[in-house]
Amino acid sequence: MNSLVAGISTLSLARWQFGITTVFHFLFVPLTIGLGLLVAILQTASYRTGDLAYERMTRFFGKLFLVNFAIGVVTGIVQEFQFGMDWSRYSVFVGNIFGAPLAIEGLLAFFMESTFLGIWIFGRGRVSKRVHLASIWLASLGTILSAAFIMAANSWMQHPVGYVIDPTTHQAVMTNFWAVLTNSTFLAAYGHVLFAAFLTGGAFALGVAAYHLRKNHDKVAFGKVARIAIVVTLLSSVGTAFLGDSQAKLLEKQQPMKMAAAEALYNTESGASFSLLTIGDLGDNPIFQIRLPHILSVLATNTWNGKVQGINQLEKKATAEYGAGSYVPLIWLCYWSFRIMVGLGILLVLLGGVGLWLVRKKRLEKSPRFLRFATWMIAAPFIANSFGWIFTEVGRQPWVVYGLLSTSKAVSVISPGYVATSLIGFTAIYTFLAVIEIGLMFRIAKEPPAIETLEESERIPELIY
Amino acid sequence: MLALISTSPSGLEQLWFALIGVLWLGYFFLEGFDFGVGILLPFLGKNDNDRRVIVNTIGPVWDGNEVWLLTAGGATFAAFPQWYATVFSGFYLPLFLILAALIFRGVAFEFRHKREDATWTKWWDRAIFWGSALPALLWGVAFADFVHGVPMAANYSWTGTFFDLVKPYALLGGLSTLALFTLHGSTFLGLKTHGDVRQRARVVGKALAPATFAIVTGFLAWTYLTAHNTHHTGLVPPLLPIAGVIALAGVGWLIRDRLEGWAFLATAIVIVAFFTTLLLNLYPNVLVSSVSPHFDMTIAAAASHPYTLKVMSWVALIFTPFVLLYQTWTYIIFKRRVGHPSPGEISSSVPAQR
Ligand code: HDD
Ligand code: HEM
Ligand code: HEM
Repeated sequence: MNSLVAGISTLSLARWQFGITTVFHFLFVPLTIGLGLLVAILQTASYRTGDLAYERMTRFFGKLFLVNFAIGVVTGIVQEFQFGMDWSRYSVFVGNIFGAPLAIEGLLAFFMESTFLGIWIFGRGRVSKRVHLASIWLASLGTILSAAFIMAANSWMQHPVGYVIDPTTHQAVMTNFWAVLTNSTFLAAYGHVLFAAFLTGGAFALGVAAYHLRKNHDKVAFGKVARIAIVVTLLSSVGTAFLGDSQAKLLEKQQPMKMAAAEALYNTESGASFSLLTIGDLGDNPIFQIRLPHILSVLATNTWNGKVQGINQLEKKATAEYGAGSYVPLIWLCYWSFRIMVGLGILLVLLGGVGLWLVRKKRLEKSPRFLRFATWMIAAPFIANSFGWIFTEVGRQPWVVYGLLSTSKAVSVISPGYVATSLIGFTAIYTFLAVIEIGLMFRIAKEPPAIETLEESERIPELIY
Repeated sequence: MLALISTSPSGLEQLWFALIGVLWLGYFFLEGFDFGVGILLPFLGKNDNDRRVIVNTIGPVWDGNEVWLLTAGGATFAAFPQWYATVFSGFYLPLFLILAALIFRGVAFEFRHKREDATWTKWWDRAIFWGSALPALLWGVAFADFVHGVPMAANYSWTGTFFDLVKPYALLGGLSTLALFTLHGSTFLGLKTHGDVRQRARVVGKALAPATFAIVTGFLAWTYLTAHNTHHTGLVPPLLPIAGVIALAGVGWLIRDRLEGWAFLATAIVIVAFFTTLLLNLYPNVLVSSVSPHFDMTIAAAASHPYTLKVMSWVALIFTPFVLLYQTWTYIIFKRRVGHPSPGEISSSVPAQR
């Protein structure tokens, strides 16, 4: 093994393994958060109205939610430990601050979601209907809370606050927990990620409902879901875009290099234009480019002629401040991942908008092209989520804790063979499970729900697993 | 560099050492029986229906049980960053295996019955068995290593390889937890099922009890010798391991009709006594160096600053009671035995039609 990976450093292996395991985790997480809320809404509707269509949809989407949840959980377990495994010097450096939200996440959020989900799955008929309804809301609240703590931890790495560096141990030491929890970076990023998760759930439910509407399965029930999902999609896509915009403004202040990389803006400009698309070189000699005048300045600073700093100037400033080295992240990756995310965001606003218009015109069920488009758009939020993180994390390089700890000093002092083992192992396991999960999700999502009578719907399933 | 800090732990640091100990105890007590249930699945489940009954005994609770591990991990990261960093990078391969096992096990519960296909279910049941047996063994190996010493030199740098972690003492520790969790699983199943499965759980438990007694007693005796005859200074009151051994001796006798609750309580006591012995043996260290006592990692050296510990103490004080309340409540909701009624037993599991 060691000879196989000779020449590849522990650092690059650890980066690949972290990137892969985390993107995998985050492929499933937003759907868990989004569908959890949606199932809770559907069950509430069923409880309030006694309408069996809602009851069927609660079960239908509940099944999908549970299959997805299982993968979210098991990929999360790895997350909890891999800081210690691959990033032990990072762990020692940040543990005082970063560990606290992680521990609190377990205590406040994971216990809540796992326990109440257990009650929800197995409690049908054993607990009263009200308690059963409450349990799905509490599980959903648990997922929303867990996102809060992990995002607070991540935002601290993007923009460290409320700390000092201990002169003897060279560790970052927390001085103000409240500052960590009210970090401006956190508030914007949490809102953005949460809306993105609701958007993921909304677009997923809309796409699945659209499929069944096209196939004429249970039109009443799926029509209801489609209407709820359109509202969720529209509201959360607008919310995502709005908060993303405030993140961009914060970035210009807190991590200007990331913003410059996102734009491939080499030299500081006032009234900078936004490049919508570039073919060819991202530097001085592009083959083809579409630019929107002044838009970058507006995006980054809220003023028409605001100054946006360029990569060359920022690099000079960083070398002066932190010493010789390169402080420029991978520009092409930042540029394109930012565009993919924003582009899909705009498309999703359109999806919600057109959907709402069709609902108002009472033409939703009669628009097969829209329905087919909606089914394809299931993929969009997943892609946007992944590229959002790739942009956020890659754009922060070479820092792992911005301005305090570089990624190369964060990695564990272990043999590359170990990291290669876990990189190959986890990637293989995750790919295998993803294939199985996606296969199961397709089967379950395509199967029309059985229409049950009231009596049947209240039958208690005896053995569930 | 960190070793320059004073070595006697402050009150807050002791508190967090204790709290993390409690999290691990909770984890092993709870996940201990669901590991045991997973290990016993192929032996006690003669047909698909039996196997469903067995898996469903832990269905509503296994994920909540696993969160004890996650919280122990998170709390270690926050309260003892150096411990978290050194242990998890040092025990790289065993931890990788544990994580891989837990991954397969976790999805297996959810997936096994998602398709009506015997081969599909069979493979996921295998995942449940191996996913339970491997961590049950490896956690014991790891905890034995903490006490017996790991190849750690100056600045907590790791000097050994994987093979330094699988010495005879550690392997015996692993066998002890494997046997103990399996026994714990059998007493749990005796308590939670009826009919054939309950009967078989009892037979298996009776057969396992003497072997477990021999292994665990041997391991605890070795631990005692290690602690007192070599460089370790732990403060284990001898009553603790002795209580564990006595409880273990009683298990075989308690596994019978009507006393199943007591049998389960007894295996729980053994687990608590077992891990408390190991953790107290470590004190005032969190990790013992097999290279030299100079390189031991002390509680004080590994700990976070007081501010972090204070914040965490408040959070724990406010929220732990809620967690304990609702977790206990789930066990009350699902306290009924699981299974299909068989002749001669009260069929409390047949749900009333409402
Ligand atoms: C924005 C949301 C978000 C983000 C950025 C992350 N997670 Fe996550 N995580 C969740 C949102 C979430 C969730 C929605 O709460 C999950 C998904 C499925 C589940 O059960 O909870 C979850 C599950 C989950 C679990 C299993 C919990 C259980 O057993 O119930 C762990 C241990 C982690 N995560 C840990 C992490 C770590 C260490 C991350 C950082 C790298 C991380 N997560 C990123
Ligand atoms: C609290 C949450 C998170 C923390 C603490 C965190 C921390 C880190 C760390 C330590 C690295 C390694 C350094 C590096 O290679 O750049 C990294 C890289 C990375 N992370 Fe995050 N991350 C978090 C969340 C996420 C999420 C949710 C995703 C996406 C799904 C993500 C995507 C990535 C990617 C793609 C890389 C690789 C970047 C590269 O190698 O250049 N991160 N992150
Ligand atoms: C529509 C316009 C959008 C804008 C202007 C926007 C803007 C941004 C910005 C500036 C960041 C980087 C924040 C940082 O590095 O601190 C970011 C990150 C991210 N975006 Fe977007 N975004 C948009 C749409 C979306 C959509 C549609 C999704 C997913 C459905 C999404 C998911 C994410 C995720 C998961 C992250 C990483 C987490 C974070 O740092 O917040 N974004 N977005």
